[in-house]
Amino acid sequence: MTKQVKSKALIALGFAASTFALATAAQATDPTDPLVVNGDLEIVTNTAAPAHMDMIDTIQSGWEFRSPETQDLQRDDFDNPGMIFVDDAREAWATAEGSEGKSCASCHGEPEEMAGVKAVYPKWNEDAGEVRTMEMQINACRTENMGAEALKYNAGDMTNMVALLSAVSRGLPVNVAIDGPAQATWEQGKELYYTRTGQLELSCANCHEDNYDNLIRADHLSQGQINAFPAYRLKNAKLNSVHDRFKGCVRDTRAETFAPGSPEFVALELYVASRGNGLSVEGPSVRN
Amino acid sequence: MKLSFALAAVAACTAGIAWAAPVVPADVEFSEYGAVEASLTGGAGDAANGAKVMTNRGKGNCVACHAVTALSDAPFHGEVGPSLDGAADRWTEAELRGLVANAKKTFEGTIMPAFYKNDGYIRPGDAYTGKAPTEALTPLLTAEEVEDVVAYLMTLKEQ
Repeated sequence: MTKQVKSKALIALGFAASTFALATAAQATDPTDPLVVNGDLEIVTNTAAPAHMDMIDTIQSGWEFRSPETQDLQRDDFDNPGMIFVDDAREAWATAEGSEGKSCASCHGEPEEMAGVKAVYPKWNEDAGEVRTMEMQINACRTENMGAEALKYNAGDMTNMVALLSAVSRGLPVNVAIDGPAQATWEQGKELYYTRTGQLELSCANCHEDNYDNLIRADHLSQGQINAFPAYRLKNAKLNSVHDRFKGCVRDTRAETFAPGSPEFVALELYVASRGNGLSVEGPSVRN
Repeated sequence: MKLSFALAAVAACTAGIAWAAPVVPADVEFSEYGAVEASLTGGAGDAANGAKVMTNRGKGNCVACHAVTALSDAPFHGEVGPSLDGAADRWTEAELRGLVANAKKTFEGTIMPAFYKNDGYIRPGDAYTGKAPTEALTPLLTAEEVEDVVAYLMTLKEQ
Protein backbone atom coordinates (compact mmCIF):
# COMPACT_ATOMS: atom_id res chain seq x y z
CA MET A 1 0.00 0.00 0.00
CA THR A 2 1.52 3.36 -0.98
CA LYS A 3 1.77 6.16 1.53
CA GLN A 4 -0.75 8.25 -0.28
CA VAL A 5 -3.29 5.47 -0.50
CA LYS A 6 -2.68 4.51 3.07
CA SER A 7 -3.17 8.02 4.39
CA LYS A 8 -6.29 8.36 2.30
CA ALA A 9 -7.61 5.13 3.73
CA LEU A 10 -6.82 6.28 7.23
CA ILE A 11 -8.57 9.58 6.65
CA ALA A 12 -11.56 7.71 5.32
CA LEU A 13 -11.51 5.37 8.27
CA GLY A 14 -11.27 8.22 10.75
CA PHE A 15 -13.99 10.03 8.90
CA ALA A 16 -16.22 6.97 9.00
CA ALA A 17 -15.52 6.36 12.67
CA SER A 18 -16.19 9.97 13.66
CA THR A 19 -19.36 10.28 11.62
CA PHE A 20 -20.48 6.92 12.91
CA ALA A 21 -19.96 8.10 16.47
CA LEU A 22 -21.81 11.33 15.71
CA ALA A 23 -24.73 9.51 14.18
CA THR A 24 -24.87 7.18 17.16
CA ALA A 25 -24.69 10.02 19.64
CA ALA A 26 -27.40 11.99 17.92
CA GLN A 27 -30.90 10.59 18.00
CA ALA A 28 -30.98 8.10 15.15
CA THR A 29 -33.56 8.97 12.55
CA ASP A 30 -36.81 7.05 12.56
CA PRO A 31 -35.98 3.90 10.56
CA THR A 32 -39.23 4.22 8.68
CA ASP A 33 -38.13 7.59 7.33
CA PRO A 34 -37.54 7.30 3.59
CA LEU A 35 -34.07 7.96 2.25
CA VAL A 36 -33.66 11.55 1.13
CA VAL A 37 -30.09 12.64 0.38
CA ASN A 38 -29.02 16.20 1.19
CA GLY A 39 -32.60 17.08 2.01
CA ASP A 40 -33.84 17.00 -1.58
CA LEU A 41 -32.74 13.90 -3.49
CA GLU A 42 -35.40 11.25 -2.98
CA ILE A 43 -34.25 7.63 -3.22
CA VAL A 44 -36.70 4.80 -3.88
CA THR A 45 -35.57 1.99 -1.53
CA ASN A 46 -38.59 -0.26 -2.08
CA THR A 47 -41.06 -0.73 -4.89
CA ALA A 48 -43.05 -3.35 -6.79
CA ALA A 49 -40.87 -6.13 -8.19
CA PRO A 50 -40.38 -6.22 -11.97
CA ALA A 51 -42.60 -8.64 -13.88
CA HIS A 52 -39.84 -11.22 -14.45
CA MET A 53 -39.57 -12.00 -10.72
CA ASP A 54 -41.88 -14.75 -9.44
CA MET A 55 -40.92 -15.15 -5.81
CA ILE A 56 -40.70 -11.58 -4.51
CA ASP A 57 -43.47 -8.96 -4.60
CA THR A 58 -41.58 -5.98 -3.22
CA ILE A 59 -37.95 -5.29 -4.01
CA GLN A 60 -35.90 -3.53 -1.35
CA SER A 61 -32.54 -1.83 -1.41
CA GLY A 62 -29.94 -3.20 0.99
CA TRP A 63 -30.26 0.19 2.75
CA GLU A 64 -33.51 -1.03 4.35
CA PHE A 65 -31.70 -3.95 6.01
CA ARG A 66 -29.03 -1.87 7.71
CA SER A 67 -29.05 -0.29 11.17
CA PRO A 68 -30.48 3.22 11.60
CA GLU A 69 -26.96 4.49 12.33
CA THR A 70 -25.57 3.10 9.07
CA GLN A 71 -28.65 4.30 7.17
CA ASP A 72 -28.14 7.84 8.43
CA LEU A 73 -24.65 8.01 6.91
CA GLN A 74 -26.33 8.12 3.50
CA ARG A 75 -28.68 11.00 4.22
CA ASP A 76 -26.03 13.66 3.75
CA ASP A 77 -23.07 13.54 1.38
CA PHE A 78 -20.84 15.08 4.06
CA ASP A 79 -21.53 12.03 6.22
CA ASN A 80 -21.09 9.53 3.38
CA PRO A 81 -17.44 8.38 3.31
CA GLY A 82 -17.98 7.02 -0.22
CA MET A 83 -18.17 10.60 -1.51
CA ILE A 84 -14.45 11.10 -0.77
CA PHE A 85 -13.73 8.53 -3.47
CA VAL A 86 -16.21 10.15 -5.82
CA ASP A 87 -14.21 13.37 -5.46
CA ASP A 88 -11.05 11.48 -6.38
CA ALA A 89 -12.80 10.21 -9.50
CA ARG A 90 -14.01 13.73 -10.33
CA GLU A 91 -10.37 14.78 -10.43
CA ALA A 92 -9.45 11.80 -12.63
CA TRP A 93 -12.41 12.61 -14.91
CA ALA A 94 -10.83 15.94 -15.84
CA THR A 95 -7.25 14.64 -16.12
CA ALA A 96 -5.89 13.91 -19.59
CA GLU A 97 -4.30 10.47 -19.98
CA GLY A 98 -2.93 8.42 -22.86
CA SER A 99 -1.58 9.11 -26.33
CA GLU A 100 -4.55 11.23 -27.49
CA GLY A 101 -4.16 13.80 -24.74
CA LYS A 102 -7.79 13.45 -23.76
CA SER A 103 -9.60 13.23 -20.46
CA CYS A 104 -13.12 11.88 -19.93
CA ALA A 105 -14.23 15.51 -19.85
CA SER A 106 -12.81 16.19 -23.32
CA CYS A 107 -15.65 14.19 -24.88
CA HIS A 108 -18.29 14.03 -22.14
CA GLY A 109 -18.10 17.44 -20.45
CA GLU A 110 -19.09 17.57 -16.82
CA PRO A 111 -19.77 14.25 -15.04
CA GLU A 112 -23.35 15.43 -14.48
CA GLU A 113 -23.94 15.13 -18.21
CA MET A 114 -23.66 11.36 -17.72
CA ALA A 115 -26.82 11.30 -15.58
CA GLY A 116 -28.90 8.26 -16.52
CA VAL A 117 -26.06 6.21 -17.99
CA LYS A 118 -25.37 4.07 -14.91
CA ALA A 119 -29.08 3.31 -14.58
CA VAL A 120 -29.14 1.23 -17.77
CA TYR A 121 -25.88 -0.70 -17.28
CA PRO A 122 -24.95 -3.51 -17.87
CA LYS A 123 -26.04 -2.86 -21.43
CA TRP A 124 -25.73 -4.50 -24.83
CA ASN A 125 -23.09 -2.86 -27.05
CA GLU A 126 -23.97 -3.39 -30.68
CA ASP A 127 -20.49 -2.69 -32.11
CA ALA A 128 -18.72 -4.95 -29.66
CA GLY A 129 -21.45 -7.60 -29.81
CA GLU A 130 -21.43 -8.05 -26.05
CA VAL A 131 -23.10 -6.96 -22.85
CA ARG A 132 -20.88 -4.37 -21.18
CA THR A 133 -20.68 -3.33 -17.59
CA MET A 134 -19.79 0.24 -16.63
CA GLU A 135 -16.21 -0.91 -16.01
CA MET A 136 -15.94 -2.48 -19.47
CA GLN A 137 -17.25 0.69 -21.10
CA ILE A 138 -14.81 2.86 -19.12
CA ASN A 139 -11.92 0.69 -20.28
CA ALA A 140 -13.18 0.73 -23.88
CA CYS A 141 -13.19 4.54 -23.71
CA ARG A 142 -9.68 4.55 -22.29
CA THR A 143 -8.11 2.16 -24.78
CA GLU A 144 -10.06 3.13 -27.91
CA ASN A 145 -10.56 6.88 -27.49
CA MET A 146 -7.90 8.09 -25.08
CA GLY A 147 -5.04 5.79 -26.06
CA ALA A 148 -4.64 5.01 -22.36
CA GLU A 149 -4.01 1.76 -20.54
CA ALA A 150 -7.00 -0.21 -19.38
CA LEU A 151 -7.55 -0.09 -15.62
CA LYS A 152 -7.60 -3.32 -13.66
CA TYR A 153 -11.25 -4.35 -13.51
CA ASN A 154 -11.66 -4.01 -9.76
CA ALA A 155 -8.87 -1.52 -9.00
CA GLY A 156 -9.66 1.34 -6.67
CA ASP A 157 -9.52 4.03 -9.36
CA MET A 158 -11.89 1.99 -11.53
CA THR A 159 -14.41 1.47 -8.74
CA ASN A 160 -14.16 5.15 -7.84
CA MET A 161 -14.98 6.13 -11.41
CA VAL A 162 -18.01 3.82 -11.39
CA ALA A 163 -19.03 5.51 -8.14
CA LEU A 164 -18.84 8.94 -9.79
CA LEU A 165 -21.05 7.73 -12.64
CA SER A 166 -23.42 6.27 -10.10
CA ALA A 167 -23.47 9.44 -7.99
CA VAL A 168 -24.61 11.57 -10.92
CA SER A 169 -27.44 9.10 -11.63
CA ARG A 170 -28.67 8.89 -8.05
CA GLY A 171 -32.44 8.94 -7.71
CA LEU A 172 -33.05 7.73 -11.27
CA PRO A 173 -34.68 4.31 -11.59
CA VAL A 174 -32.55 1.28 -12.46
CA ASN A 175 -33.78 0.15 -15.85
CA VAL A 176 -31.56 -2.46 -17.49
CA ALA A 177 -32.80 -4.15 -20.66
CA ILE A 178 -33.16 -7.92 -20.42
CA ASP A 179 -34.65 -8.70 -23.82
CA GLY A 180 -33.38 -8.47 -27.38
CA PRO A 181 -29.66 -9.06 -27.79
CA ALA A 182 -29.07 -8.95 -24.00
CA GLN A 183 -31.44 -11.84 -23.33
CA ALA A 184 -28.97 -14.69 -23.71
CA THR A 185 -26.57 -13.06 -21.24
CA TRP A 186 -29.47 -12.37 -18.87
CA GLU A 187 -30.53 -16.04 -19.03
CA GLN A 188 -26.96 -17.11 -18.28
CA GLY A 189 -26.91 -14.79 -15.27
CA LYS A 190 -30.24 -16.15 -14.06
CA GLU A 191 -28.96 -19.69 -14.23
CA LEU A 192 -25.91 -18.72 -12.18
CA TYR A 193 -28.17 -17.01 -9.63
CA TYR A 194 -29.99 -20.27 -8.98
CA THR A 195 -26.95 -22.61 -9.15
CA ARG A 196 -25.93 -24.05 -5.79
CA THR A 197 -22.15 -23.80 -5.71
CA GLY A 198 -19.36 -24.89 -3.43
CA GLN A 199 -19.12 -27.31 -0.61
CA LEU A 200 -21.95 -25.51 1.20
CA GLU A 201 -24.11 -25.88 -1.93
CA LEU A 202 -25.62 -22.40 -1.71
CA SER A 203 -27.07 -20.36 -4.55
CA CYS A 204 -27.64 -16.61 -4.47
CA ALA A 205 -31.34 -17.42 -4.17
CA ASN A 206 -30.93 -19.62 -1.08
CA CYS A 207 -29.98 -16.59 0.99
CA HIS A 208 -31.21 -13.54 -0.91
CA GLU A 209 -34.53 -14.78 -2.26
CA ASP A 210 -35.62 -17.51 0.16
CA ASN A 211 -34.17 -16.02 3.36
CA TYR A 212 -33.85 -12.26 3.06
CA ASP A 213 -34.73 -10.46 6.29
CA ASN A 214 -33.53 -13.48 8.30
CA LEU A 215 -30.41 -13.44 10.42
CA ILE A 216 -27.57 -15.76 9.49
CA ARG A 217 -25.40 -15.62 12.58
CA ALA A 218 -24.98 -11.82 13.04
CA ASP A 219 -25.77 -10.93 9.43
CA HIS A 220 -29.16 -9.56 8.45
CA LEU A 221 -29.70 -11.07 5.01
CA SER A 222 -30.77 -8.57 2.36
CA GLN A 223 -32.20 -9.20 -1.08
CA GLY A 224 -28.71 -8.85 -2.51
CA GLN A 225 -29.71 -5.86 -4.63
CA ILE A 226 -26.89 -4.02 -6.42
CA ASN A 227 -28.62 -0.71 -7.15
CA ALA A 228 -26.52 0.92 -4.42
CA PHE A 229 -23.08 -0.14 -5.63
CA PRO A 230 -20.31 0.76 -5.40
CA ALA A 231 -20.75 0.41 -1.65
CA TYR A 232 -18.52 1.93 1.00
CA ARG A 233 -18.19 -0.80 3.63
CA LEU A 234 -17.41 0.14 7.20
CA LYS A 235 -15.55 -3.18 7.50
CA ASN A 236 -12.90 -2.30 4.89
CA ALA A 237 -13.18 1.49 4.62
CA LYS A 238 -13.25 1.66 0.82
CA LEU A 239 -15.63 1.44 -2.08
CA ASN A 240 -16.46 -2.13 -3.08
CA SER A 241 -17.40 -3.10 -6.61
CA VAL A 242 -20.26 -5.42 -7.50
CA HIS A 243 -17.92 -8.14 -8.76
CA ASP A 244 -15.80 -8.00 -5.61
CA ARG A 245 -18.97 -8.50 -3.59
CA PHE A 246 -20.05 -11.39 -5.83
CA LYS A 247 -16.62 -12.93 -5.36
CA GLY A 248 -16.85 -12.67 -1.58
CA CYS A 249 -20.29 -14.24 -1.55
CA VAL A 250 -19.31 -17.15 -3.82
CA ARG A 251 -16.13 -17.71 -1.79
CA ASP A 252 -18.28 -17.98 1.32
CA THR A 253 -20.12 -20.94 -0.19
CA ARG A 254 -16.72 -22.69 -0.13
CA ALA A 255 -16.65 -22.53 -3.92
CA GLU A 256 -14.06 -21.70 -6.53
CA THR A 257 -15.09 -18.16 -7.44
CA PHE A 258 -15.26 -16.50 -10.82
CA ALA A 259 -12.90 -13.59 -11.48
CA PRO A 260 -14.03 -9.95 -11.39
CA GLY A 261 -14.73 -8.99 -15.00
CA SER A 262 -15.33 -12.60 -16.08
CA PRO A 263 -18.18 -13.31 -18.52
CA GLU A 264 -19.95 -15.21 -15.72
CA PHE A 265 -19.95 -12.23 -13.35
CA VAL A 266 -20.93 -9.84 -16.16
CA ALA A 267 -23.95 -12.07 -16.85
CA LEU A 268 -24.74 -12.34 -13.15
CA GLU A 269 -24.49 -8.57 -12.79
CA LEU A 270 -27.00 -8.04 -15.58
CA TYR A 271 -29.42 -10.49 -14.02
CA VAL A 272 -29.07 -9.16 -10.47
CA ALA A 273 -29.32 -5.57 -11.72
CA SER A 274 -32.58 -6.51 -13.45
CA ARG A 275 -33.99 -7.72 -10.14
CA GLY A 276 -33.60 -4.12 -9.02
CA ASN A 277 -35.33 -2.50 -11.98
CA GLY A 278 -37.43 0.24 -10.39
CA LEU A 279 -35.24 0.94 -7.37
CA SER A 280 -33.20 4.15 -7.49
CA VAL A 281 -29.57 4.23 -8.45
CA GLU A 282 -28.14 4.77 -4.95
CA GLY A 283 -24.35 4.42 -5.06
CA PRO A 284 -22.08 5.20 -3.48
CA SER A 285 -23.91 3.67 -0.56
CA VAL A 286 -22.76 2.92 2.98
CA ARG A 287 -22.98 -0.63 4.28
CA ASN A 288 -21.49 -2.59 7.16
CA MET B 1 10.74 -62.44 -0.96
CA LYS B 2 11.31 -59.58 1.42
CA LEU B 3 9.08 -57.32 -0.66
CA SER B 4 6.14 -59.73 -0.70
CA PHE B 5 6.48 -60.19 3.04
CA ALA B 6 6.34 -56.41 3.51
CA LEU B 7 3.30 -56.16 1.22
CA ALA B 8 1.54 -58.85 3.15
CA ALA B 9 2.25 -56.96 6.37
CA VAL B 10 0.89 -53.72 4.90
CA ALA B 11 -2.21 -55.54 3.68
CA ALA B 12 -2.77 -56.98 7.11
CA CYS B 13 -2.38 -53.55 8.70
CA THR B 14 -4.77 -51.76 6.35
CA ALA B 15 -7.28 -54.54 6.78
CA GLY B 16 -7.03 -53.98 10.51
CA ILE B 17 -7.49 -50.23 10.11
CA ALA B 18 -10.42 -50.64 7.74
CA TRP B 19 -12.18 -52.73 10.33
CA ALA B 20 -11.92 -49.95 12.93
CA ALA B 21 -12.15 -46.94 10.57
CA PRO B 22 -15.25 -44.74 10.37
CA VAL B 23 -17.73 -45.17 7.54
CA VAL B 24 -16.54 -43.08 4.59
CA PRO B 25 -19.07 -40.57 3.19
CA ALA B 26 -19.78 -42.63 0.06
CA ASP B 27 -20.69 -45.67 2.20
CA VAL B 28 -23.19 -44.00 4.53
CA GLU B 29 -26.50 -45.84 4.28
CA PHE B 30 -29.56 -43.58 4.32
CA SER B 31 -33.05 -45.00 4.78
CA GLU B 32 -35.84 -44.09 2.38
CA TYR B 33 -36.65 -41.08 4.58
CA GLY B 34 -33.07 -39.97 5.13
CA ALA B 35 -32.23 -41.56 8.48
CA VAL B 36 -28.86 -43.19 9.21
CA GLU B 37 -29.17 -46.04 11.71
CA ALA B 38 -25.53 -46.94 12.29
CA SER B 39 -23.04 -44.71 14.10
CA LEU B 40 -20.47 -43.41 11.62
CA THR B 41 -17.69 -44.31 14.05
CA GLY B 42 -19.24 -47.46 15.44
CA GLY B 43 -19.35 -45.81 18.86
CA ALA B 44 -21.17 -43.13 20.84
CA GLY B 45 -20.38 -39.43 20.36
CA ASP B 46 -19.16 -36.91 22.93
CA ALA B 47 -22.00 -34.44 23.59
CA ALA B 48 -19.72 -31.84 25.22
CA ASN B 49 -17.53 -31.68 22.13
CA GLY B 50 -20.66 -31.65 19.99
CA ALA B 51 -21.70 -28.37 21.64
CA LYS B 52 -18.33 -26.89 20.70
CA VAL B 53 -18.64 -28.05 17.10
CA MET B 54 -22.11 -26.49 16.91
CA THR B 55 -20.92 -23.02 17.89
CA ASN B 56 -17.49 -22.98 16.22
CA ARG B 57 -17.57 -20.92 13.02
CA GLY B 58 -14.87 -23.09 11.47
CA LYS B 59 -16.70 -26.33 12.26
CA GLY B 60 -20.44 -26.97 12.25
CA ASN B 61 -21.48 -23.38 13.09
CA CYS B 62 -25.02 -24.78 13.45
CA VAL B 63 -26.10 -21.69 15.40
CA ALA B 64 -25.46 -19.56 12.31
CA CYS B 65 -28.87 -20.74 11.13
CA HIS B 66 -30.49 -22.44 14.16
CA ALA B 67 -31.28 -20.97 17.58
CA VAL B 68 -30.43 -23.23 20.52
CA THR B 69 -31.40 -21.86 23.94
CA ALA B 70 -28.95 -24.14 25.74
CA LEU B 71 -26.09 -22.64 23.70
CA SER B 72 -27.02 -19.01 24.35
CA ASP B 73 -23.50 -18.30 25.68
CA ALA B 74 -22.41 -18.26 22.02
CA PRO B 75 -23.51 -14.96 20.45
CA PHE B 76 -25.76 -14.38 17.44
CA HIS B 77 -27.96 -17.35 16.68
CA GLY B 78 -29.52 -17.29 13.25
CA GLU B 79 -33.12 -17.73 12.11
CA VAL B 80 -32.70 -19.38 8.72
CA GLY B 81 -33.52 -22.83 10.08
CA PRO B 82 -35.90 -23.95 12.86
CA SER B 83 -34.93 -23.73 16.53
CA LEU B 84 -33.30 -26.93 17.73
CA ASP B 85 -34.81 -26.72 21.20
CA GLY B 86 -36.51 -30.06 21.85
CA ALA B 87 -34.91 -31.63 18.76
CA ALA B 88 -34.58 -34.98 20.55
CA ASP B 89 -38.34 -35.00 21.23
CA ARG B 90 -39.11 -34.62 17.54
CA TRP B 91 -36.43 -36.80 15.96
CA THR B 92 -34.82 -40.15 16.65
CA GLU B 93 -31.05 -40.46 16.87
CA ALA B 94 -30.96 -42.10 13.42
CA GLU B 95 -33.01 -39.26 11.93
CA LEU B 96 -30.76 -36.62 13.51
CA ARG B 97 -27.67 -38.43 12.20
CA GLY B 98 -29.17 -38.40 8.72
CA LEU B 99 -30.05 -34.70 9.00
CA VAL B 100 -26.53 -33.74 10.06
CA ALA B 101 -24.84 -36.02 7.50
CA ASN B 102 -26.97 -34.90 4.54
CA ALA B 103 -30.26 -33.15 5.26
CA LYS B 104 -31.18 -33.21 1.57
CA LYS B 105 -31.97 -36.93 1.98
CA THR B 106 -34.71 -35.94 4.43
CA PHE B 107 -35.78 -32.59 2.97
CA GLU B 108 -35.23 -32.37 -0.75
CA GLY B 109 -33.86 -28.99 -1.77
CA THR B 110 -33.21 -27.77 1.77
CA ILE B 111 -30.72 -24.90 2.12
CA MET B 112 -28.90 -26.87 4.83
CA PRO B 113 -25.40 -27.97 3.79
CA ALA B 114 -24.49 -31.66 3.95
CA PHE B 115 -21.85 -32.11 6.65
CA TYR B 116 -20.76 -35.63 5.75
CA LYS B 117 -20.26 -35.65 2.03
CA ASN B 118 -17.14 -34.99 -0.03
CA ASP B 119 -18.09 -35.04 -3.70
CA GLY B 120 -20.85 -34.19 -6.16
CA TYR B 121 -20.40 -30.42 -5.78
CA ILE B 122 -20.55 -27.65 -8.39
CA ARG B 123 -17.33 -25.60 -8.45
CA PRO B 124 -16.11 -26.69 -5.03
CA GLY B 125 -13.34 -24.56 -3.55
CA ASP B 126 -10.42 -25.08 -1.22
CA ALA B 127 -12.27 -24.18 1.99
CA TYR B 128 -12.88 -20.38 2.08
CA THR B 129 -10.00 -19.35 -0.20
CA GLY B 130 -12.13 -18.98 -3.32
CA LYS B 131 -9.56 -21.11 -5.17
CA ALA B 132 -9.94 -24.55 -6.71
CA PRO B 133 -9.00 -27.41 -4.40
CA THR B 134 -5.59 -28.98 -4.92
CA GLU B 135 -6.45 -32.28 -3.29
CA ALA B 136 -9.47 -34.44 -2.56
CA LEU B 137 -12.12 -32.74 -0.46
CA THR B 138 -12.82 -33.81 3.08
CA PRO B 139 -16.33 -33.61 4.54
CA LEU B 140 -17.22 -30.44 6.48
CA LEU B 141 -17.20 -32.51 9.69
CA THR B 142 -15.36 -35.71 10.53
CA ALA B 143 -17.30 -38.85 11.41
CA GLU B 144 -16.41 -38.27 15.07
CA GLU B 145 -17.67 -34.68 14.94
CA VAL B 146 -20.96 -35.79 13.34
CA GLU B 147 -21.43 -38.33 16.14
CA ASP B 148 -20.55 -35.66 18.73
CA VAL B 149 -23.16 -33.29 17.31
CA VAL B 150 -25.75 -36.09 17.21
CA ALA B 151 -24.96 -36.90 20.85
CA TYR B 152 -25.42 -33.24 21.79
CA LEU B 153 -28.69 -32.94 19.83
CA MET B 154 -29.99 -35.99 21.71
CA THR B 155 -29.68 -33.93 24.93
CA LEU B 156 -32.06 -31.26 23.59
CA LYS B 157 -35.25 -32.48 25.28
CA GLU B 158 -38.12 -30.39 26.52
CA GLN B 159 -40.52 -33.16 27.55
